[in-house]
Amino acid sequence: MKDFAQLIKKLDSTNKTNEKVSALTAYFQNANDDDKLWTIAILSHRRPKRPVNTTLLRLWATEISGIPLWLFEESYHIVGDLAETIALILPASEEHSKKSLSQFVSEIIELRTLSEEEKKKYLHDNWLALNYFERFVFNKILTGSFRIGVSQKLMTRALSKATGIDEDILAYKLMGDWTPENTTYKKLILEHNEEDYLSKPYPFYLAYAVEDKFQEDLGPISDWSFEHKWDGIRSQVIIRNDEVFVWSRGEELVTDKYPEFQEFLKVIPNGTVLDGEILPFGEGEIGNFNALQTRIGRKNISKALLKKTPVILNAYDILEWEGKDIRQKPFIERRQILDELIQNIDSSEFGIYLSETMNFETWEEAAAERDLSREKRSEGLMLKRKDSPYLVGRKKGDWWKWKIDPFTIDAVLTYAMRGHGRRANLYTDYTFGLWNDGELVTFAKAYSGLTDAEFRQVDAWIKKNTLERFGPVRSVTPHHVFEIGFEGIAESSRHKSGIATRFPRILRWRKDKPIEEANTLSDLKALIPK
Amino acid sequence: MKQPLLVFNDKGIYCEQANVYIDAWRPVDKCIITHGHADHSRWGHKQYITHKNNVPIIKHRLGEISVTGKDWNETFTINSVTFSLHPAGHIIASSQVRVEYKGEVWVFTGDFKTEDDGLAEVYQPVKCHTFITECTFGLPAFKWTPQEEVFRDINNWWATNKEEGKTSILFGYSLGKAQRLLKHLDTSIGKIYTHGAVENMTEVVRPYYDLPPTTLITRDTSKEEIKGNIVVAPPSAHGSTWIRRFVPYVTASASGWMTFRGARRRRAIDRGFVLSDHADWDGLLSAIDATGCEKIITTHGYTDIFSRYLREELGYDARTEKTQYEEENSETEKKIDNED
Ligand SMILES: [Zn+2]
Ligand SMILES: [Zn+2]
Repeated sequence: MKDFAQLIKKLDSTNKTNEKVSALTAYFQNANDDDKLWTIAILSHRRPKRPVNTTLLRLWATEISGIPLWLFEESYHIVGDLAETIALILPASEEHSKKSLSQFVSEIIELRTLSEEEKKKYLHDNWLALNYFERFVFNKILTGSFRIGVSQKLMTRALSKATGIDEDILAYKLMGDWTPENTTYKKLILEHNEEDYLSKPYPFYLAYAVEDKFQEDLGPISDWSFEHKWDGIRSQVIIRNDEVFVWSRGEELVTDKYPEFQEFLKVIPNGTVLDGEILPFGEGEIGNFNALQTRIGRKNISKALLKKTPVILNAYDILEWEGKDIRQKPFIERRQILDELIQNIDSSEFGIYLSETMNFETWEEAAAERDLSREKRSEGLMLKRKDSPYLVGRKKGDWWKWKIDPFTIDAVLTYAMRGHGRRANLYTDYTFGLWNDGELVTFAKAYSGLTDAEFRQVDAWIKKNTLERFGPVRSVTPHHVFEIGFEGIAESSRHKSGIATRFPRILRWRKDKPIEEANTLSDLKALIPK
Repeated sequence: MKQPLLVFNDKGIYCEQANVYIDAWRPVDKCIITHGHADHSRWGHKQYITHKNNVPIIKHRLGEISVTGKDWNETFTINSVTFSLHPAGHIIASSQVRVEYKGEVWVFTGDFKTEDDGLAEVYQPVKCHTFITECTFGLPAFKWTPQEEVFRDINNWWATNKEEGKTSILFGYSLGKAQRLLKHLDTSIGKIYTHGAVENMTEVVRPYYDLPPTTLITRDTSKEEIKGNIVVAPPSAHGSTWIRRFVPYVTASASGWMTFRGARRRRAIDRGFVLSDHADWDGLLSAIDATGCEKIITTHGYTDIFSRYLREELGYDARTEKTQYEEENSETEKKIDNED
């Protein structure tokens, strides 16, 4: 654990990518195979299941520390991170447990099967056998994911440096639903094993949002292919060896959630991998993303649900064809293959559609099409460079999102909560209300969009204008108006206001507006597309 | 009901019987000053009373003022109220103020810490009935490591940076923290350079305190000369153009707020050393215990939480008073910059 904690401390204490890569590389060169495997797993968010709920963790930590639970909670609100809070309030210890990372993790896995008393004893003994930072790392493994600015890409680069294996190949090896419990470092990283590759997706290529005056930077418009961008679940569908696998962008195998895609076996040959968007699709048109939420959340997909919320795959790229990785082919060649494949399939019968490509002669024409987005229920346009290969991760340059401007509304700040991580200690999570019969009805929460200086200003104001406190939340005097932007809007019975908005965020602080001039709930309702 | 010996009014902590303020935040006639940090020693009072070693410090900051210097434990009586100053251990020449009238004793801590930092006169517990205590770090999450260990880390950090051909830049408030850092830096590693604000303040206190030699950075100081050495600068220098001349360099901050991972990340500082001039949780509790007090007033920091703990868990008659020190402290960024 000592080495792993040292590594995390190093990663945590620098903002420089190069230093992070070299710390990780050195670690990968020296650690034993089991520790390496678990390090890769943890940094790619494959933690063991939480063996103890956080209520018990808090309780036990306060018992050992001899402080009341309310004081723990207050401290937690200020620190902003549970693992950190527990590590801080436990009595100081100079111990150095000799156990390795992998031993700790296997004990944590084992812990799930033990009785509550045994769990308590285990935590007690181990907390007191670790120094502060090791304890923090241990708690992080127990409770949540590490947020230490180490992307999958950065880790892959370090691993590549340590092993001499090409970065893209490693990225591919690390995809999928492996866990250290069902593989070994040797098998995952070093060996080439056909069988393992059967269900493996390719790393997704991600698009950037266009920048100001991008039209000037992108060169001739004839270099670009356009598509509408729909709000769904980015997915890869793999057809190999008479099996269908569905992966979501979070590298999650979600095959079971979309049983209708098993039908693809009838019309798509083995050795095919498609990239596209899973979309809700009722009555011959694309539905609202909210409909999809009911499918995502459900464990068991019942027949009734399948009928109520049908989905389709809107395919826009093909990464593997006839068993060969074709990502290096130019986009338009890949699209030719895809178009030919999908055009021969009865879309409405098999639930697979083609994302239509468009070409424009001028940026004005493209902009005019973008203006139709809301009507078509799309989020805007995607721009793809015609001669580009399919890259790995977020590499700037070949794919761009040109989204429509968000919906906007002016709302009043009503509640505030302390932020987390970087913003712990500042009130940065806000709730906003709209007028309805002389009252402010909560309609959205937002915690991004202001500059640090603005957040500090609002924070100071909140602390002086608190009406009531409920734990970490404060209600404040209605006084400030903010312009809130959001991407989507739909009716919802789960929300107090009767309306759900997607990706709400603060666009501007309207210091010029008195609260009486904020919008009303009926203004918001009027924005729902008919 | 009889008037309390000390009250909190809109100008500061006030003793009506003596017509004297302590650490007033608005101009008053007569003011006892606990220490030289800006939020405690404000401009505009007609007469200042403070520890004698603090006289040159506040004169340096406030210019020509009318000020009387006192020794530790020296009593002075104003209209039958007896006052005396006692070491607070916060920074050089920082005092607690003891106030006694008709057998009733109050103590105001100003800012204090219980650990001996090797420079400031060591904190001295003073018996009292009512204890007005700061609680900047009044949460059980704050537990300081002994300073030998922290300075070992700081010196190791410096030595490593030097090996890598980098200059070390260490941020600490120019009065107090900076001198504490200077005192314990290992000059066998290299030379200590200073920012003007640090150098000036250090020169002011040199006659009273033994500090290692420092070199002021001027326009003529060359990059090559500084390389591998350490620069002590106030936190406000972070992110300034002044700092760019030291490339390649590594930054670190020494402050109690570095306890929080979020604090260091927010400031984009390479390294955070947890080193504070305030008492930590255990320090606060042991200080309270040592006074034998019955009543406690908390100011400055996590006052509500700390006084609730004192009331509910320890059975004290504890309450909170708002001060202007606290107002300044509520701004997080400022907290990280200076712990005054
Ligand atoms: Zn202070
Ligand atoms: Zn101070």
